[in-house]
Amino acid sequence: MIEVRDLHKSFGETEVLKGLSTTIEEKEVVCVIGPSGSGKSTFLRCLNMLEDITSGQVIIDGYDLTDSKTDINLVRSEVGMVFQHFNLFPHMTVLENIILAPQKVRGLTKGEAEKNALPLLGKVGLKDKAQAYPDSLSGGQKQRVAIARALAMNPKVMLFDEPTSALDPELVGEVLGVMKDLAQEGMTMVVVTHEMGFAKEVGDRVFFIDEGIFVEEGPPEQIFDNPQNERTQGFLSKVL
Amino acid sequence: MYVFTTTNNYIQILPDLWIGFLYTLLITIVGVLIGFVLGALFGLMRISKNKVIYGIATVYIEIVRGTPLLVQIFFIYYGLSDLTGINLDKLTASILAIAANAGAYIAEIVRGAIQSVEKGQMEAGRSLGLSSRQTMRYIIWPQALRRMIPPLGNQFIISLKDTSLFSAIAVTDIMYQGRQYASSTFAYFESYLMVGVFYLIITIPSMLILRQYERRFERE
Ligand SMILES: Nc1ncnc2c1ncn2[C@@H]1O[C@H](COP(=O)(O)OP(=O)(O)O)[C@@H](O)[C@H]1O
Ligand SMILES: [Mg+2]
Repeated sequence: MIEVRDLHKSFGETEVLKGLSTTIEEKEVVCVIGPSGSGKSTFLRCLNMLEDITSGQVIIDGYDLTDSKTDINLVRSEVGMVFQHFNLFPHMTVLENIILAPQKVRGLTKGEAEKNALPLLGKVGLKDKAQAYPDSLSGGQKQRVAIARALAMNPKVMLFDEPTSALDPELVGEVLGVMKDLAQEGMTMVVVTHEMGFAKEVGDRVFFIDEGIFVEEGPPEQIFDNPQNERTQGFLSKVL
Repeated sequence: MYVFTTTNNYIQILPDLWIGFLYTLLITIVGVLIGFVLGALFGLMRISKNKVIYGIATVYIEIVRGTPLLVQIFFIYYGLSDLTGINLDKLTASILAIAANAGAYIAEIVRGAIQSVEKGQMEAGRSLGLSSRQTMRYIIWPQALRRMIPPLGNQFIISLKDTSLFSAIAVTDIMYQGRQYASSTFAYFESYLMVGVFYLIITIPSMLILRQYERRFERE
C-alpha cells in the first residue's frame, strides 16, 4: 500500500530525513514514535507531498509521488490526514467542513455528500453537531470532526500527526476511541503519537525514529518490552 | 463683506453641495469598487511565487504609494490624454485615479489578510485533494475577506476624503462646489463649514458601522 524507498528530506542545508525505507501493508496500523524534532511530522507530510521530497521515492497505492506525471491532488484525495491542531475550516459548519471536498474534488452533489456525511458524523459520535461551528466545539469534538472530514473522501490510508497532543487529557480517550474503531474496521493507518498505550494496543508495528532515521521497528511487544537499540531504550525509559 | 455672513448662505449653498455630494459619492464608490478588484488582483500577485508576477505588483504598489495623489490625477487627466490623444472626461479620470490609488493600498490589505490565515488551512485543504486554486477560493479567501472588511472600510473613508483633491481638475465634487460658492459669494466661513459637514455626513456613519462590525468581529 505504501512503499518508501531511501527517502531524504532537507530544509535548506539541514537534512531532516536521512534515508527512510519501509513498506506498509494494506490494513496495517503503523505507529511512529520518537523524540521531538526527530522528523516524525516531516515523514508523515512526505507521504502526501505536503513537503517536497528531496530524494528517494514514495509509492502509494501504485502512484509514485515523485513522478511529475502523477496527479498529486488525486493521490491526496485518497490519503486522509489528521493534524495536531485540527485545522477545521472555521467559517463553515461541521457538515460543510465534511462535504466540501467530496463536492469539489469528487463532484458529488450537495445532497449526495450530505447523505454520506451523516453516518460519518454518527460514527464519530457527533450527529447532533452537524450545524455547529468549529469554535463552539471542544478540542476532542474538533478532532473527531477532522477525522470525519478526512473519512468523507473514502481514503485508502489515514495519516495522523499527533492527533491527541493538543487535547486536554480528559478528551484524549474519545479521539483514540474513534481511531481504534477505524483500525478495527481495517483502515490502513500511519499514526505519529506519544500515546504509547495506543501504540501498544492498536499498532501492528511501531517505528522508532531518531534524527531522521528509523532506528528500530517491529511489533509493539518487541519495541516496548524488548527494545534492541540503546537509543530506543533511552527514549522509552524517558516516556514510559 | 459683512452682509454676506448671514444664515442664508447655509441654505443657499445646499443645492450646489448636493450635486457635489453625488459626485463625490459616485467617484468614491465606483473608484473603490474598481480599486478592490485591482487590489485583489495585485494582492494575489504579491503572494505569488513567480518573481515576475510578484515584481510587477510590487512596482505598481510602490509607485502609487510613493507619489502624491494630486500628481496621479494630473498624470491621468492631463498626462495620459497628452500621450494617447484620448481626452478623458473629468469624472472618468477621477474614478480611475481613485481606483488606481486605492487599488495599491487595498492590494496590501488583501495580501496581509490572506497571509494572516493560518498555514494549516491551506494544508488541510490540499490534504483533502483540493487544488491550490480551490483551497484559495473556498477556504482561504472567505476567511481573509472577513479580516479585510475593517481595513477596507478605513480605505473607503480615506479615499472619500482624497477625492477632494480632484477639485483641482474642476470635477464638481463637494470641495469644488464649495469653493465655487465661496468665491462667488465671499462666504468662506459658511461655505467651508458646510463642505466639512457634507463629508462628515458620509464619514461618521461609515465609521460607526465599521466600529460595530469590529466589535462583533472581536466577539467571534
Ligand atoms: N518548514 C521547515 N523549515 C525548516 N525546518 C523545518 C521545517 N519543518 C521542520 N523542520 C525541522 O525539521 C526537524 C524535524 O521536524 P519535525 O518533522 O516537525 O519533527 P517531529 O514531528 O518529530 O517533532 C526539526 O528540526 C524542525 O526544526
Ligand atoms: Mg511533529
